[in-house]
Amino acid sequence: MEAASVPRPDGLRRTRRRGDRLGDWLLYGLTAGASLVGVLIVAAIMWRVADGAWPAIRVFHLGFIWHNEFNPVTNKFGARDLIIGTVVTSFGAMILAAPLSIAIGLFLSELAPPSVRGPVGTLIEMLAAVPSVVVGLWGIYVLAPFSAQHLQPFLGSALGWIPIFAHGQDKVPSTVFTAMIVLTIMIIPITSSICRELFLGVPSELEEAAIGLGATRWEMVKSVVVPSVRGGVVAAVILGLGRALGEAIAVTQVIGNFIPLKLSILEPGDTMASRVANQYQGAVSNLQVASLIYLALILLVITFVTNLAAQRVVKRFEYQRKGGD
Amino acid sequence: MDELSLKATGRSRRRLLANRFAEIGAVAAAAAAILVLGVLVWSVFSRGVHALNLDFFTKGPALFGQTGGGVAPALVGTALLVGIATAMALPFGVLTAIYVSEFASRRIGDQVRLWLDVLNGFPSIVIGIFVFALMVKTSLPVVGWGHHQSAFAGGFALAIIELPLVARATMEVLSLVPNNLREASYALGVSKWQTVLRVVLPTAGGGILTGTTLAIARAAGETAPLLFTCSIAGQLIDANPSHSVNSIPFTIFTDSEAGDPSLHQQAWALAFVLIAFVLLSSLLARFLLERSRRKLGSAR
Repeated sequence: MEAASVPRPDGLRRTRRRGDRLGDWLLYGLTAGASLVGVLIVAAIMWRVADGAWPAIRVFHLGFIWHNEFNPVTNKFGARDLIIGTVVTSFGAMILAAPLSIAIGLFLSELAPPSVRGPVGTLIEMLAAVPSVVVGLWGIYVLAPFSAQHLQPFLGSALGWIPIFAHGQDKVPSTVFTAMIVLTIMIIPITSSICRELFLGVPSELEEAAIGLGATRWEMVKSVVVPSVRGGVVAAVILGLGRALGEAIAVTQVIGNFIPLKLSILEPGDTMASRVANQYQGAVSNLQVASLIYLALILLVITFVTNLAAQRVVKRFEYQRKGGD
Repeated sequence: MDELSLKATGRSRRRLLANRFAEIGAVAAAAAAILVLGVLVWSVFSRGVHALNLDFFTKGPALFGQTGGGVAPALVGTALLVGIATAMALPFGVLTAIYVSEFASRRIGDQVRLWLDVLNGFPSIVIGIFVFALMVKTSLPVVGWGHHQSAFAGGFALAIIELPLVARATMEVLSLVPNNLREASYALGVSKWQTVLRVVLPTAGGGILTGTTLAIARAAGETAPLLFTCSIAGQLIDANPSHSVNSIPFTIFTDSEAGDPSLHQQAWALAFVLIAFVLLSSLLARFLLERSRRKLGSAR
C-alpha cells in the first residue's frame, strides 16, 4: 500500500480526540451530576424535614413520642396514639396481606399455566396503579358501609370477648379495621409481585429434584421453594409494611381521624401520616406546623430504616438469582 | 388375594388432600385480588359515568346554589402539574440511568440504585412536607417563587416521585441494549459520548417512553404531595405555574369529605376519569415495554 493513499493519522487523531474527549468528559460530568442530584435529594429531604421539625423538637424533645395530646388550643402536641395507630393499622394490614401475597406469588410462579400467568399478573399490578385517593373514595362509600354492616358485626360477635375486637356503641363505618382492609388492598400487589420474582428465581433443578423424590407440589413449595427464599419473602413483606406505614390519603379518608385511641380496632383511630394529611390547612401556629413536620420526621426515619434493610435483603436474592443462571 | 388398588389411601391420601387445599388456597387468593380490582373499577364506573358530559370537561365549578358545572380547572391543573414534574424528572432520570449503566463502576452504580430505591420508598406525604419546608414555608428570594403554594412547588414534589421511577425504568432498558451494538459503534471509531447518544439512547427510546408513561400515571394520581404545596386554589382555569392550581386527585379528596352529595357525584366522575387514564396508560406502557423488550431481546 502506498503511503500517500493513507490519510494522515496523526492530524486526524488529534482533532477527533479533542472533540471526543470534551464530549466524553461533558457527558460523564452531566450524567454523574444528575446521579448526584438524586442522592442529594434524599439527603436534602432528611435535612429539611429535620430542620422544619426543629422548633417542635426543641420544645417537646423525645417526649413527643410518648405524650398523648394533640391540641392546637393548648399548644401541646404528642404522638403516642398516632404512633400506636400507625403501627396497629400497618401491622394488621401486613398480617392480612402476607399470606395472601405469598399465595398469589406461588399461584403466579408455580401453579398457573403460562397463558394465565401474564394476564393475572398484569391485573394484580393494575391494582397497584389505582391512585390512593380513589381507593380511599371507594373505601368511604363502598367498603366502609359494607364493613360496618357485615364484617364488623361478625367480628364483634365472634371475637368480641377479646378487647381489641369489642363492639363500639353503634356501627361506625370509619374504623381502624376499615383502614387495615384498605391498606391490605394497597400493599398486596407490591408484596405479591416481589414474591413472584423470588419464587421464579428458585433454581428449577431444586424443584424438579423434590418432585422427583415423590413430593407433591405443596410439599415441594413448603420444603424447597419457600425456605430457599425465606429472607427475601420477609423483606418483601417489610417493603409492603413500609408502604402501609406511610400511606396518608386513603387512611385519612376511612379511619375517622380520632384520638385518643380506643382499645378496639372496631372504633375510629388515627395514624401519623393520616394526621399530617388531615391538617393540611388547619395548622395555625408555628409550633403546630413544626409538630406536624416532627410527625413526618418520625415517619421518614421509620420508613428509611425499614426500606434500607428490606432493599438489601432483596438485592442479595437478585444477585443469587443472576449468579445461579 | 386382594386386588391392588391405585387409589391413594392413608398417608398418601392426606398428602394429596393437603396439596389440593394449598392449590385451592393459592387460586382463591389470586381470585380475591382480581375480584377486589373488579369491584373497585365497577363501583367507580357505575357511579361516575352518569356525571360525565361536555360541561363536566369544559366548565368550571357551578356557582353557589346552581347545579351543573364541571371540573375543567382541575383537569388543566393536573396537566400543568404533571407537565412540570415530567419536565424536571425526565432529563435527570435519563441522565442518571445513563451514568449508572454506561459510566459508573458496579459499586457506585449499586449505590445510586439503592438511594433511588430509598427515595422511591419515602412516603409521598413526607415528600410533600419536604417541599413545603423547602419552598412554601420559607422564601426563596433568588428564584422569586416561594412564600406561597404554587403549581411549581407541587410539580417539584411530583418530580421527586417520578425521578426514581423514570431512572429505574431507563436503567432496565439500557441494560437490555445489546453490547455488540456498542462494540460495533466503537469499532467504527465512534467515541463513547456519540455512541451513547446516537446508538444506545435511540435503541432504548421505546423503553424510556414507557417508563415515563408509568411515572406520569403515578404522578397524576398522587394527592399527598400536593396537600401542602398546591392545595389552596381559586375556581378558575389557571395555568400560571407561580399560582396554586386545582388538581384532579386533590378535588376528589376534598369532594369525598364534603357534605354535599352532588360533590360526591363529582368525585366519582373524576375518579372515573383518573382511573381510566391511569389504568389505560399503565396497560399501554406495559404492552409497549414487552414489545421493546422482545425487540431488544431478539437483537441480542
